[in-house]
Amino acid sequence: MTGRGTKTIRVDTLARVEGEGSLYIKLVGDRVADVKLKIYEPPRLFEAFLRGRHFSEAADITARICGICPVAYQMSAVHAMERALGVRIDPEVRLLRRLFYCGEWIESHTLHVYMLHAPDFLGYPDVIAMAADHRAIVESALRLKKIGNRIVQVLGGREIHPISAAVGGFYKVPTKQQLSDLVPELEWALEASLETVRWTASLEFPNFEQDYEFVALRHPDEYPFNEGRLVSNRGLDIDAAEYEDHFVELHVKHSNALHSVVRGRGSYLVGPLARFNLNFDRLPEVARTVALGVGLRPPVKNLFRSIVVRAVELVFACAEALRAIHEYEPPAVPRAEVANRTGVGQAITEAPRGILYHRYALDEKGLIVAARIVPPTSQNLRQIEDDLREYAACLVAWPIEEATWKCEQAVRSYDPCISCATHSLKVVVEREETGED
Amino acid sequence: MLVIGCGNRDRSDDGAGVMVAERVRKLGVHAEICTGESLALIETWSRADDVILVDAVVTGAPAGKVWLWNARSQRIQGSVSTSTHGLGVAEAIELAHLLGRLPHRLQVLGIEGRRFDIGGDLSPEVACAVEEAVQRVVAEVLRHYRAHGKLKCE
Repeated sequence: MTGRGTKTIRVDTLARVEGEGSLYIKLVGDRVADVKLKIYEPPRLFEAFLRGRHFSEAADITARICGICPVAYQMSAVHAMERALGVRIDPEVRLLRRLFYCGEWIESHTLHVYMLHAPDFLGYPDVIAMAADHRAIVESALRLKKIGNRIVQVLGGREIHPISAAVGGFYKVPTKQQLSDLVPELEWALEASLETVRWTASLEFPNFEQDYEFVALRHPDEYPFNEGRLVSNRGLDIDAAEYEDHFVELHVKHSNALHSVVRGRGSYLVGPLARFNLNFDRLPEVARTVALGVGLRPPVKNLFRSIVVRAVELVFACAEALRAIHEYEPPAVPRAEVANRTGVGQAITEAPRGILYHRYALDEKGLIVAARIVPPTSQNLRQIEDDLREYAACLVAWPIEEATWKCEQAVRSYDPCISCATHSLKVVVEREETGED
Repeated sequence: MLVIGCGNRDRSDDGAGVMVAERVRKLGVHAEICTGESLALIETWSRADDVILVDAVVTGAPAGKVWLWNARSQRIQGSVSTSTHGLGVAEAIELAHLLGRLPHRLQVLGIEGRRFDIGGDLSPEVACAVEEAVQRVVAEVLRHYRAHGKLKCE
């Protein structure tokens, strides 16, 4: 209680999100007066300390931004550098990079679906409480995550912050045998992912849909990882080089992470829902069939259903990994020779949480003179606040504790990585009564 | 016999577990380093049946106190997790216990920390405790090999 007629709800730590921040919602009567996703984690200044470093260092430096999606940072960095330097890569390298990304998606989506998000739907405070009653589910999660880790390890040298990705290719590429050793576990993982789709689709979802602008990459033939044009359901269709003409980052007082908006329109959504809705026809048949089988078809406008969409993307990642391994031949040139030169290059790749934009400007010695990184979570921050404004309004009649819990659940639906956006989340919902009780 | 050092070297006293692992590794002891993320930890100790896990802890005791707990029979009093997953060492032990994936023997050597700020050094008390912890780990490793009839480190 903060005074007569005012109620305050506090949850000091919003668990099961990556990083540190707090959520503040003020309710006045049946009106939502204020929503702030406060990101108080100190700014991490990566863009500043990349300046003066050689282009070859960016992939390993930026990988340190996140322990969950280092591959995404490496992929956006090497592709942006390759554009700046006019480098073409071997088709086998391209295939390996897709496999590399599959490993990260399997790791990240498994972690979020099972460990962070599922307890919300099953009514447990955390995965440990859930494990006591759902041992088989948690066992599956551990096994799935392990195969994701193994892919990243085989391609990247180690599971977290891999070290093999390079401008022009890989420092070291796997043998066919090393990859074919992964096949039996991946075949199990594909079946387990299909089961995950059916299981997650059977959960109960709050009835909350929003009219989002979905933004994702779109490739002529493939479900997107590293290539494609940036498109939206509101007519956006641009090359990565045009990103900054269409998107603008804004500083807001309550957040150490910048908010990103579409110029002239406002908030937008990146991540699994955006990819699924804009690229459903690019999913392999096995993923499309299981999605349709559980009644999941685009456009999915309910963020809470993102758990099912992530499961569909798990199916995709396992199927795609198997395809890549099947087609793999060690590249004749694992790493193209790259000479120093001036240039500017931009790249967008699909991190597990959505598009990740990098831009670098290089001088004649190949040193970075300017760097710009826009991670997926900072692109979703404005949308999270917009959603909570709508969602909290639906919850005004609920007891404060339950309303707070539901708002936390809503935030988790985005799988926010605050570590990327700058880093743990505290939630405060304040209610101010306008009349007598 | 496996030693696992958990923590983050860049967060002051949280680096204590990692430093102990690095020190005993130089003495020929099989030691792994983990951030403390639950799933990675469970995976790491699945390769051994006798494990000592070293981590910085906060129980309210004076900084530098070295604790030794048997994770199979005692509830861990507290641990510091700088993992951004919200799942740390204590959670890994509890989860593995529920899933039947605890090593046959798991001892937790906890070093009471005082400060955990980003980029800071070990506090003097914890720097001394690292020395004590190294000696206790080595003593445990020797005890293990004596018990198994081979006085030789891996």
